[in-house]
Amino acid sequence: MKFIKRFYLGLVLAFLYIPIVVLIVQSFNAGKSRAKWEGFSFRWYEELFKDPNIMNSLVITLAIAVLAALFATIIGTLAAIGIHAMKRRPQQLMLTLNNIPMTMPDIVTGISLMLLFIFTQVERGFVTMLLAHITFDVPYVILSIMPKLKQMNKNTYEAALDLGATPMYALFHVILPQVMPGVITGAMLAFTLSLDDFTISYFTTSPLVQNLSTLIYSQARKGIKPTMNALSALMFVALLLLLLVVNKRTAEEE
Amino acid sequence: MEEQRLITLEDIYKQYDGTTVLDHINLYIRKKEFVTLLGPSGCGKTTTLRIIGGFETADSGRVIFDGQDISGIPPYKRRVNTVFQKYALFPHLNVRDNIAFGLKLKKMSKAEIDRKVDYMLDLVNLKGYGKRGVDSLSGGQQQRIAIARALVNEPEVLLLDEPLGALDLKLRKEMQLELKAMQQRLGITFLYVTHDQEEALTMSDTIVVMQGGRILQIGTPKSIYDEPKNAFVANFIGESNIFPGTMIRDELVHFCGADFPCVDSGFGEDHPVDVVIRPEDILLVGEDVGQVTGTIKSVLFKGVHYEMIIDAGHSIWKVHSTTMQPEGSRVGLAVVPFNIHIMHRMEEEKPQEEAKK
Amino acid sequence: MTNFKVPVWGYWMMGIGFAAFVAMLIAYIHKNRGFRRPVFASPYVLWLIVFTVIPCFLVAYFSFTDPQGNFTFDNFKNFWDSNYNARKAIAPEDLKMYQDMGLSLEDLGLARDSINIDTLVFSLWMAFLCTAICLLLGYPAAHIMADREFKLGPTLVILFVVPMWMNFLLRTIALMSLMEDGGLLNTIFEWLGLGKQKLLNNIPAVQVGMIYNFLPFMVFPIYNVLNKMDYKLSEAAMDLGCNKWQVFYKVTLPLSVPGVVSGITMVFMPAVTTFYISRLLGGGKVQLFGDLIEAKFLSTSLNEWNGGSALSLVMMILILLSLGLLNKVDPDNEGGGMV
Repeated sequence: MKFIKRFYLGLVLAFLYIPIVVLIVQSFNAGKSRAKWEGFSFRWYEELFKDPNIMNSLVITLAIAVLAALFATIIGTLAAIGIHAMKRRPQQLMLTLNNIPMTMPDIVTGISLMLLFIFTQVERGFVTMLLAHITFDVPYVILSIMPKLKQMNKNTYEAALDLGATPMYALFHVILPQVMPGVITGAMLAFTLSLDDFTISYFTTSPLVQNLSTLIYSQARKGIKPTMNALSALMFVALLLLLLVVNKRTAEEE
Repeated sequence: MEEQRLITLEDIYKQYDGTTVLDHINLYIRKKEFVTLLGPSGCGKTTTLRIIGGFETADSGRVIFDGQDISGIPPYKRRVNTVFQKYALFPHLNVRDNIAFGLKLKKMSKAEIDRKVDYMLDLVNLKGYGKRGVDSLSGGQQQRIAIARALVNEPEVLLLDEPLGALDLKLRKEMQLELKAMQQRLGITFLYVTHDQEEALTMSDTIVVMQGGRILQIGTPKSIYDEPKNAFVANFIGESNIFPGTMIRDELVHFCGADFPCVDSGFGEDHPVDVVIRPEDILLVGEDVGQVTGTIKSVLFKGVHYEMIIDAGHSIWKVHSTTMQPEGSRVGLAVVPFNIHIMHRMEEEKPQEEAKK
Repeated sequence: MTNFKVPVWGYWMMGIGFAAFVAMLIAYIHKNRGFRRPVFASPYVLWLIVFTVIPCFLVAYFSFTDPQGNFTFDNFKNFWDSNYNARKAIAPEDLKMYQDMGLSLEDLGLARDSINIDTLVFSLWMAFLCTAICLLLGYPAAHIMADREFKLGPTLVILFVVPMWMNFLLRTIALMSLMEDGGLLNTIFEWLGLGKQKLLNNIPAVQVGMIYNFLPFMVFPIYNVLNKMDYKLSEAAMDLGCNKWQVFYKVTLPLSVPGVVSGITMVFMPAVTTFYISRLLGGGKVQLFGDLIEAKFLSTSLNEWNGGSALSLVMMILILLSLGLLNKVDPDNEGGGMV
């Protein structure tokens, strides 16, 4: 019975992970074939780094991820502290609104933002994609900080005021240091999600400004080239590492 | 008297979401006094403290501090400091930086800060703990640091919000004495909030008994214990037997089916009253000589004394006595006149007693 | 376009599944009876209004207007009858003329009248199937991992958590590359003497892709609830005379309902709305509701934002309804909607 259980679990995990492992292995295949192993090589990775399109997208992806994480962390940290101090009713309202971008399917978020840019006649490109990324990042930043705020003894802020600190001083010297682990987790999560996003980027950018995900999609529709394998493999490993770190942090914090 | 008043609360009213928390409170606190706000949870005692600390604002009424209305002044500009319920120490700072927090904000010189912090660490018996993180300390130690952190700013009033609530019984008793000693040595006004009547009786100069957003009684521990104003106070401060009775005439009261001579007068004739008798004031006598007689229903050993529940026909008596009588035996009960406390009935308790009859 | 019709028993299954879901819900609901800090939230309040609230209203606005911005219900009429707008644009006599010339509707760029509804129903069916299969596959997996005696459980569950956050697109591509004509699976088939199979560009391929992508979303919430459950409850049940199987269906199963509901919602929602899984694994031959919406917005030939908005609105309402249900059943989010 025990064996059957473990075997079953193994099968499910194999189903989830074999495609990824195979893709990563293939990216080191010297030949073009997906089936025949023609020796280990970095050939596709070299080609990858020579491709100006891909390099351009990589820069865009990283720039968006860093900027979006930065802005989202600032906005989200302030917002979390503010929401935490709110009275019950407005707090509920804010948390509900905050949940919208997380619970809405990406396609709807993407489309609604696209309509916003169409409606306001903003040309889609780097800036619109950045705005969209900040929008879907902030809720996760808030979500990472909220538990820290709840854990915090709510009287420490009052104690600081009691000892003569102004609210601003108390915010930076008492609240912020206490929730810092949550802020860092939030920033990392925002960076990862931004790196990871396809759907929302797809609807909020133009074909001229592509991040890696949209580039992969447009290429994959025509069939998968070995360089795409290499690129996907790289992204997998990067995301996997980031996610493991973020997960470890959240697990420790809880 | 008037010039000694440090804090005066004038007609403070406060409500949350339509529920009245403080119902027109009037109170004054003298300099160097140890005042305790005592009452069950939800009675408004903590809210009163937070209004004085500046963390909440009253809906109406004024807070006068040293002759000035401070109602609109934010907490960081008030000359009071607070010891919070769960200490609220800054977990990211060590012991020394916690205590120095307020002094640094006052832009004091480093040497001055060091001197004051050292003095405080000494005062609370935590010399040598300066570099420790606050999370590594025990509850009692954290408590002392919270007190030191507040006192180092030399406040005119120290507000303490159930500061000993999280400590175990033995530590709590020690800290009660320490706090009282500290207050007398430093000559600072303490405003202390607790729901623990024993704590209030031990430490206070003045006790303010609160219930349902109102002040029921203000007085010294002794006067509140001996002369509770109504059945609620009597019951909250120590254990009591409370019987419905009738004042037959001055110095004679009828309850539990017998007439008792007492020392109270001025209630009028045939006036319904509450009669309060402390369990330790009831004497166990022979069945034939008691003012009432009853059967012992249960006996509990409580350490210093035995607690006996006695069924006297129409009433149940709780008696504390150092001598034990076996369960089921018949005894007589007697109370000397000055141990019988007569008080006006509390209005909300009327219907209940009528139902009993 | 694959001409797919949902079989009659499919409707029945969906109906029964939905009814069972509602019944579960009802049973569950029935059983369980100066300068102040809030100001710091203001930049985000503004951000929320501009980038979340207004866009939502814009979807509604575009749904109820024509390209000239006049108020209209045509987009919804077009939802029921996908050629409603087209017919308005072409004069009836012209249409007749084209038809006399032997041109079919498709030649004129028109699809079946009921294409929108058909696609929605088909999407719901696919999502339903996907949810059901994920539940069947995922519940046992979650149960095995939540077993207290299985020390590896908490570690293994991370392997389910990580894919939840990871790009669906990349994972779909990995699957695609495995299933391609020249891919590893086909090579294995050939080697086994089974010959090359056409694995991609059909409905099963899309279904497999959906299950592959969304399975972790079923496993994690169920695991979460089972793991938090007090094991003493099952011990108590055994003490009172339940055998192992009775413990499961009298104690464990009822208590895991919040996780199951959470999982169902988290699988069903993305499954209904996906578009690239069907595009990549269906090769454009399998169209889901998401593809329909995507095409209306991003296909170069039609920029039917108004029609697309109407479709999105329908989808939003669908999602909001299921979320509302979820909140009723699992108000504390015990299932741990997100990590």
